Amino acid sequence: MTAIQAPVRGGGATPTGTAPPRRRRRLPFSPWHLVLIPATIVLILPFVWLLITSLETPAEALHFPPVLTPHVLRFANYPDAFSTAPFGRFFMNSTIVAVGTVLCNLVLCSLAGYAFARFRFLGRTALFVVIMATLMVPFQVTMIPQFIITKWLGVHVLAAVGINHLGALILPNAATAFGIFFLRQFFRTLPVEYEESARVDGASRLTVLFRIVLPLATPALATLTALTFLDSWNNFLWPLIAITSTSQMTLPLGLATFQGAHATEWTLLMAGNVMSLAPMMVIFFVAQRFFIRSVAATGLAGT
Amino acid sequence: MTATLLSRDQQHRERARTRRRRMVSSEHFAGWAFVTPGVAIILLFGAVPIVWSAVMSFQRSNLLSSSTPFVGVANYQRMVHDPIVAQAIRHTLIYTALFVPGTMIVGLFLAVAMNRKIRLLWLYRTAAYATMAISTISEAIVFIWLFDPSYGIVNYALSLIGVPAQQFLNSPSEALYVIVLMTIWGWTGFAVVIYLAALQGVPQMLLEAASIDGAGPWRTFRRVTLPLLSPASLFLAVWLTINALQLFDEVYLSTQGGPLNGTTVLVYYLYTQAFQNFNFGYASAIAYFLFLIIIVVTVIQFRVGRRFTHYRS
Repeated sequence: MTAIQAPVRGGGATPTGTAPPRRRRRLPFSPWHLVLIPATIVLILPFVWLLITSLETPAEALHFPPVLTPHVLRFANYPDAFSTAPFGRFFMNSTIVAVGTVLCNLVLCSLAGYAFARFRFLGRTALFVVIMATLMVPFQVTMIPQFIITKWLGVHVLAAVGINHLGALILPNAATAFGIFFLRQFFRTLPVEYEESARVDGASRLTVLFRIVLPLATPALATLTALTFLDSWNNFLWPLIAITSTSQMTLPLGLATFQGAHATEWTLLMAGNVMSLAPMMVIFFVAQRFFIRSVAATGLAGT
Repeated sequence: MTATLLSRDQQHRERARTRRRRMVSSEHFAGWAFVTPGVAIILLFGAVPIVWSAVMSFQRSNLLSSSTPFVGVANYQRMVHDPIVAQAIRHTLIYTALFVPGTMIVGLFLAVAMNRKIRLLWLYRTAAYATMAISTISEAIVFIWLFDPSYGIVNYALSLIGVPAQQFLNSPSEALYVIVLMTIWGWTGFAVVIYLAALQGVPQMLLEAASIDGAGPWRTFRRVTLPLLSPASLFLAVWLTINALQLFDEVYLSTQGGPLNGTTVLVYYLYTQAFQNFNFGYASAIAYFLFLIIIVVTVIQFRVGRRFTHYRS
């Protein structure tokens, strides 16, 4: 409303707008560079220093004042780190867990989210309320029973989902309350007519979901994929509790263990760190728009 | 469809009713069939543990004995008298009080600076976003190295301006603040993304109107932009606070709660009680206490935030 009035009132006030401050000599570039350049240096300095240290000799790393430009790039740190800890294995484990978790979430949250959005069934509201309630509870409250349950499952039901197996990292997160809620909200915005006419034509409910609804929901599924992947890839506390053997460790846990064992071998540590960071960096930058949009979506959903 | 069927004779009506009953019951069936796999997992790993740990917080439960006798509120009483819990609460609150506003200010400042068409914009944005791609563990390792008391580059930078070398993570009085800095850095990308998305929703028309009315850039920002960003600010405040109260990874990796318990935060203490001492009962009590703090703080934020938040219709 004010926006409509303002130009009218402002029209008479323009002469005051041409005040002397305009006389100041303009910089040949935007003054915002003066703050953005130092800020950017601070932001990327940790990455740069990480990379430099990973290419130094141990003597250079343990030198004060620090050697800012190594005399020789010591790429041998990378194979050295690789032979001290199975980073390839960690990477593979992380990938298996992240991809497994994402796939499970896409299927299970789609099914449940669709049912909550479209079907009327006995107990729907009660069930939905219970699921939403779990969304608010921090992980620390549930982690001890989750540990006991996982341990029990591994002993009595299936070893592959028990303590010290990758399944233990996938199964508890195979469906999330957030995913169900998020997809339900999205499905409800879709026009119901397509689904109804497909049903009239004799398509089963499952066919309707997979052939009609999910193709329309690609943006929501993409967002869920990005967020679930990031969460799974960076998760530390649950793997720390559930995994003890090196062969089953994910990257964050493997890296933390490596750090514990080689705390003073900075060059090795940084090489290991670069190796565990690089794949995610590459994925992130290739799919940058995608990640940014997904993260922004959480914020916009909250506002 | 049913209406036309019902208008026919008795036979038709009967058939329609059975068909509809079958439809409805098949919808019940389909509903449960679709929901069961996902819901079962959430109930088993989300809902059941909530009740279970509540029960456990009233039990003496550890791995040493298989019996778990009820001990009333003993775990909660122990918590009240535990000096480390008091310290942990203090550290958690100090950390949160510094980290949340710090991240929001940095994020807002950078987002405003980047919300314009200037050269090198892609570089600036990418640098900020990159912090989102780094895991807490990688971040902590890099910062331990940056702040290393003997060989760290930060002490080197300080020595250039004549400040004596600091102990940083080895100092009980400084370690927590180093953790504040590293986590602010790690969350900068997230805050920038949220604020940039919100800034893009600010209508240009309003900004032009304000400047035509004679408001300078600062006044326009204070009176027009900032209120329009308030929903994003409230979201960030709540989101960052919930995460701050659950700080663990960085502490586990860089200081293990030390030195001299200088960085023991609630979740770290809870973790040591649960998975190093295996006092499941006591740890559950602490977990529920943490939950209570999170609820109280979040409710306060929403209450206070609502007064300052302007939603556009």
